[in-house]
Amino acid sequence: MSSFLGLNRHRVGDWVFFNLTRLFALITLLLLLGIIISLIHGAMPAIHKFGFSFLWTGDWNPPAEQFGALIPIYGTLATSVVALVIAVPVSFGIALFLTELAPPWLRRPLGIAVELLAGIPSIVYGMWGLLVFAPLFAKYVQPLLAATLGNVPLIGVLFSGSALGIGILSAGIILAVMTIPFIASVMRDVFEVTPAMLKESAYGLGSTTWEVVWNVVLPYTKVGVVGGVMLGLGRALGETMAVTFLIGNMNFFNGFSLFLPGNSIASALANEFAEAESPVYTASLIELGLILFLITLVVLTFSKMLLLRLSAQEGKGT
Amino acid sequence: MDLHSYRRFKNRLALTVSMLAMGFGLVWLVWILATTIELGIAGINLHLFTQMTPPPGSSEGGLANAIYGSVMMVSIAVAIGTPVGMFAGIYLAEFGKHTWLGSTTRFVNDLLLSAPSIIVGLFIYELVVARMGNFSGIAGALSLSLIVIPVVIRTTENMLQLVPNAMREAAFALGAPKWVVIGRVTLKASLAGVMTGVMLAIARISGETAPLLFTALSNQFWSADLDKPMASLPVTIFKFAMSPYTDWQQLAWAGVFLITIGVLFLNIAARFLFRAKHKQ
Amino acid sequence: MKIDKDLIMHGITDTTELETQIALRNFNFYYGKYHALRNINLDIFKRKVTAFIGPSGCGKSTLLRTLNRMYDLYPEQRAEGQLLLDGKNLLDKGVDLNALRAKVGMVFQKPTPFPMSIYDNIAFGVKLHERLSRVEMDERVEWSLRKAALWGEVSDKLHQSGMSLSGGQQQRLCIARGIAVKPEVLLLDEPTSALDPISTMRIEELVSELKDEFTIVIVTHNMQQAARVSDFTAYMYLGELIEVGRTDDIFIKPKDKRTEDYITGRFG
Repeated sequence: MSSFLGLNRHRVGDWVFFNLTRLFALITLLLLLGIIISLIHGAMPAIHKFGFSFLWTGDWNPPAEQFGALIPIYGTLATSVVALVIAVPVSFGIALFLTELAPPWLRRPLGIAVELLAGIPSIVYGMWGLLVFAPLFAKYVQPLLAATLGNVPLIGVLFSGSALGIGILSAGIILAVMTIPFIASVMRDVFEVTPAMLKESAYGLGSTTWEVVWNVVLPYTKVGVVGGVMLGLGRALGETMAVTFLIGNMNFFNGFSLFLPGNSIASALANEFAEAESPVYTASLIELGLILFLITLVVLTFSKMLLLRLSAQEGKGT
Repeated sequence: MDLHSYRRFKNRLALTVSMLAMGFGLVWLVWILATTIELGIAGINLHLFTQMTPPPGSSEGGLANAIYGSVMMVSIAVAIGTPVGMFAGIYLAEFGKHTWLGSTTRFVNDLLLSAPSIIVGLFIYELVVARMGNFSGIAGALSLSLIVIPVVIRTTENMLQLVPNAMREAAFALGAPKWVVIGRVTLKASLAGVMTGVMLAIARISGETAPLLFTALSNQFWSADLDKPMASLPVTIFKFAMSPYTDWQQLAWAGVFLITIGVLFLNIAARFLFRAKHKQ
Repeated sequence: MKIDKDLIMHGITDTTELETQIALRNFNFYYGKYHALRNINLDIFKRKVTAFIGPSGCGKSTLLRTLNRMYDLYPEQRAEGQLLLDGKNLLDKGVDLNALRAKVGMVFQKPTPFPMSIYDNIAFGVKLHERLSRVEMDERVEWSLRKAALWGEVSDKLHQSGMSLSGGQQQRLCIARGIAVKPEVLLLDEPTSALDPISTMRIEELVSELKDEFTIVIVTHNMQQAARVSDFTAYMYLGELIEVGRTDDIFIKPKDKRTEDYITGRFG
């Protein structure tokens, strides 16, 4: 008969197990800090040499050891904006279709199909984009865009210049296809949390499906929808391989046309890092990485907080 | 048009557009898969698995060293990442639900899950490559493992939360200490789900290129030495696809085919495994 | 343990042959700030069946779950007062919960087989507390399955998953798992509420057989069940113990108006 008092082997097991799991949780937490610290450490030579002007200098000249982040920052933002302009409405449409329109037996397979789109590795998007999509894009789509949108005042300048196939626009389009699954699945999930009672009462007033979605579901879930868009943005900003294949890797600024090649932070790293010779070159690339990491962290934090707010609101409602 | 038919028209229009959006998404999937299969199958032959990647100037060769390198680095990454992720996930689900460490780690893990993978490469470069003085297979495997960890943490936590509390209580009621309850009952009940997460993580890292570019780099020759640069399928595809030679591009298509089929298979298998287990 | 003279207040006058196994004295229980159990004084007798009855939310399950300190899993729950098992206060610091739970087993409302074979389900608890040889373990498994009246149905499929059994069989497996540890007390938390009538019957028969060896406490919302299986019945209402006594007395001539209302309301 064992006594009620005193230690036994189970207590030791519990202690070891608990601390082991806690240690690994702590390691994960420290990983984030570790990444930031190591990037700052690696970027130090460039930070010392260029200071804050690194951020707005557009000169990227390895032979002269002169580096500024403006071109890659511009390319990163421009491709991501193009991606969102396309991906957000399409994702909304897909989420709407999957939650309200598709017959139940189709929802699951279509949902899986969208998720498979996210499963395709980015190298596949990149290679496919460069070798299959870009030639067709240059031949058929770019001339069409130049002839139509190119003549619209103000935005016309975005669609001018020669049709190369590669460039900021085509990188943005491929990026859009890659971010659609992320945004669409968040939107679908948040649409599904709309209380059935709320929707039913709107239908009960004689609303159409569209009116229910636009006037009830969307306002109810708008925080989550923005969270989903932010998540997509976070993904798009840091996407490397697909953009590297398609953006053209041009470190000069020739104008605002989206047909032009450019460079993004991630593709500058992918193309140049392993070959960077001088310490300042390497440090400048690491500083680019640091900038990218900080931007994505801010965007993703924002996204996560919005999504948490939606689930808190939902918890209160029930 | 009266108000009623205007509203009906608007509804129809919106629903049609949403259907088109769905179609738009599917078209890319089908198109990419079709090209990959069409161009990839043409390049599938035995040489692919027996010969090394061709040196510059030659067009004869296969992907044997790249396939080996990928399998090697992915295996090591999973071997490191799975236990770390599972332990941390167990902490989040079973111990740290309401603790400061728990909620912070959960938040940070979600950030890591979506953070750019190329940054992980930079981190390992700073931590390992710059210190060791050369690119290496182990550095590549480590950077991939950092991508596995958040995926496994997330699925482990989610799957443990699906285990009914009654099952935990029943085990405690028999006098089991917490580590036995978790190790032998709750974790076992959610094992299929956790395995699903591991499969999804493997799918994710088999195609990862960015973190390998400046950790494992690449190697034109057969090398099983983890201290030396190591070839991998994705990096080889990157190199060959960017080259102007059609033979090399053909090899790249074959590589893309292998990766895509593997990744899709893992994705679908993971879903079926999960579903079969949770239907009971 | 000696019988407390307070019991006479509860209406149990003839205390010959009774021995107290568990005694609650000025026992209070809180969910956070909510005072869920108020000043409970109760004796649970060795090798008898005690039933807790009362409307839902009255605290009967809460009370049951304090007897093996199940509430320890939840940081916001706490107990005050005395909870004596064979004279030792279980609320004292340093009580080994694992050993306590080996002595006080529990079966839940819904069957909770573990995701392992029938054999391993039973061996799981035994291995925690004893080191048995293979042969001894086989014997223990068979013994507990026979006690739980399940042996005949599963003897040829001991290595199949416990999840593959029917609901009633699963519940008997859980009972077998509980008694395999050889506890002294067995707590049953509405053990038949998720079962069909035939399975319910078998469990009730089982309870009557098991009381020769175990002290049994059963929570039930089904008053016929309480009347059929128990020797003593405690009626609870709004976190208070209203009345406790021999089951026959409680059902035939309850002393408290509230008990009477509840019983007649339910029987009527």
